[in-house]
Amino acid sequence: MRSALRNGWRAALLPVFVIVMAQVAATATQLESDSLASPAAIVAAFFAVLTDGSLMRATLDTLMAALCGCIVGVGAGSLLGIVLGLFRLVDDVLDLTIELLRPVPVVALIPVVMMLLGFGARMEIVIISLGLLWPSVVLARAAVKEVEPRLMEVSAMLQLGFLARLTKIVLPAILPQLFMSLKLAAGYALVVAVTVEITANPFGLGYGIMMAQQALRPAEMFAYLIWIGAIGWLMSLMLNAAQHHFFPAFAKGESR
Amino acid sequence: MNNLSLRRLLLGLLGLAAFILVWKLITDAKLVSPIFFPSPQRTLTSLINGLGGGPLLGQTLETVERMLLGWLLASLVGIMLGALIGVSRRARAYIAPTLELLRPLPASAMIPIAIAFLGFSDQMVLVVIAFGALWPMLLATIHGFAAMEPRLYEVSAVLGLTRLQIIWKLALPSAMPMILASLRLGLTISLILAVVGEMLASREGLGQSVLLASRSFRSADLFAGIVILGAIGLVGSRLLSAAERRLLRWQATSR
Repeated sequence: MRSALRNGWRAALLPVFVIVMAQVAATATQLESDSLASPAAIVAAFFAVLTDGSLMRATLDTLMAALCGCIVGVGAGSLLGIVLGLFRLVDDVLDLTIELLRPVPVVALIPVVMMLLGFGARMEIVIISLGLLWPSVVLARAAVKEVEPRLMEVSAMLQLGFLARLTKIVLPAILPQLFMSLKLAAGYALVVAVTVEITANPFGLGYGIMMAQQALRPAEMFAYLIWIGAIGWLMSLMLNAAQHHFFPAFAKGESR
Repeated sequence: MNNLSLRRLLLGLLGLAAFILVWKLITDAKLVSPIFFPSPQRTLTSLINGLGGGPLLGQTLETVERMLLGWLLASLVGIMLGALIGVSRRARAYIAPTLELLRPLPASAMIPIAIAFLGFSDQMVLVVIAFGALWPMLLATIHGFAAMEPRLYEVSAVLGLTRLQIIWKLALPSAMPMILASLRLGLTISLILAVVGEMLASREGLGQSVLLASRSFRSADLFAGIVILGAIGLVGSRLLSAAERRLLRWQATSR
């Protein structure tokens, strides 16, 4: 406990020092800038966008898009991955195609989806789910292939149908890996969501930070930036805690 | 064994052929308007025209150059900074938590900040790429150094090695697997940020090219650009994987 306190003090030293130095420098030079803002001004701007409701609306838009994209992308990807892991022939047939499609950067698909669906939440959700699809496929496929072969023999002996085998044997066995896949996907979904909003979509946190920059309001821009970082950090904290709670053995093995 | 991989290759090619056939059938039946979704032949024609004398070749080189420059910059700074922080336990305790705090920040969120400082310029795109690709390498180097067998630090103390010698002879080789993996991740991020940067700042390159193609509904050019971007990603990660296997041969034999 005492050592944790001491380590916490050490960890906090650098950020506190940077903030204090920035404030001192800003006050000393009486900062007037289109690209920099003092910490005090950033805090003031944060509360301004918080109280007029624009920050919360943008946060909700971004998180909803990320969540929907996560559900669709990880769901479809995991399902495909499980099928590939279970059926060797399907895997062999689709492997090459998947390996060729996988390296296409997801931002390259922004123009295509934009052309098909226009702007809005739908377009963003589609891009996020496309971005999450391949990683989920790969993780689920690897997880299924590592399922204890005896369990598969048991399911063959019991003559389980595909659905029964899926729900009674495979899914319970790969649940920890699926959760890890979801955890990785959630962080990535936020990144893709913000990227799409900055690049194209007039919507959400990414658009908010872009507008703040174009309106030459640096304090608001940094407030958005810090808020986006805080959301990403909180999300990974919560998912890590959930992983430790639900799959303690697995989380311990992974953290090494 | 050889037979088996030949079978896999044949089946894989079969799957690819089926994929292209389905693509062709969808466009032939006009399930999606050809304005949005070109047939494979049109994409191929546009690809060949663009690469042979058309603008695509120049744009490809431009994007690859941007990606590689940003990636090299990020690798150099990331590994050097990571080594400096990672080698000292005290520096790790003070600095690493702040870096972990910054890590979940989406790299693209830094684009508006970079625009505010540098405007819509090539330097802005380069800074964004380097900054975004920096994190995996920096953190992998620090973690790799921290995860080094503690005995090795004791050995280095006994031998009276200097800090620089510790980094060069012990810590870097032992952190190498993590660093190499992060280099591959960094290259992927570099490509993504190069494309985003070109789209936003209207710099010459594939990102701008696909965006313009989509705005003027030239879907064949758009898909040709996407095919090239995929190929860049594929070649990059394959090359780095090969380098990884080659550089880590000593590890495979010692296990």
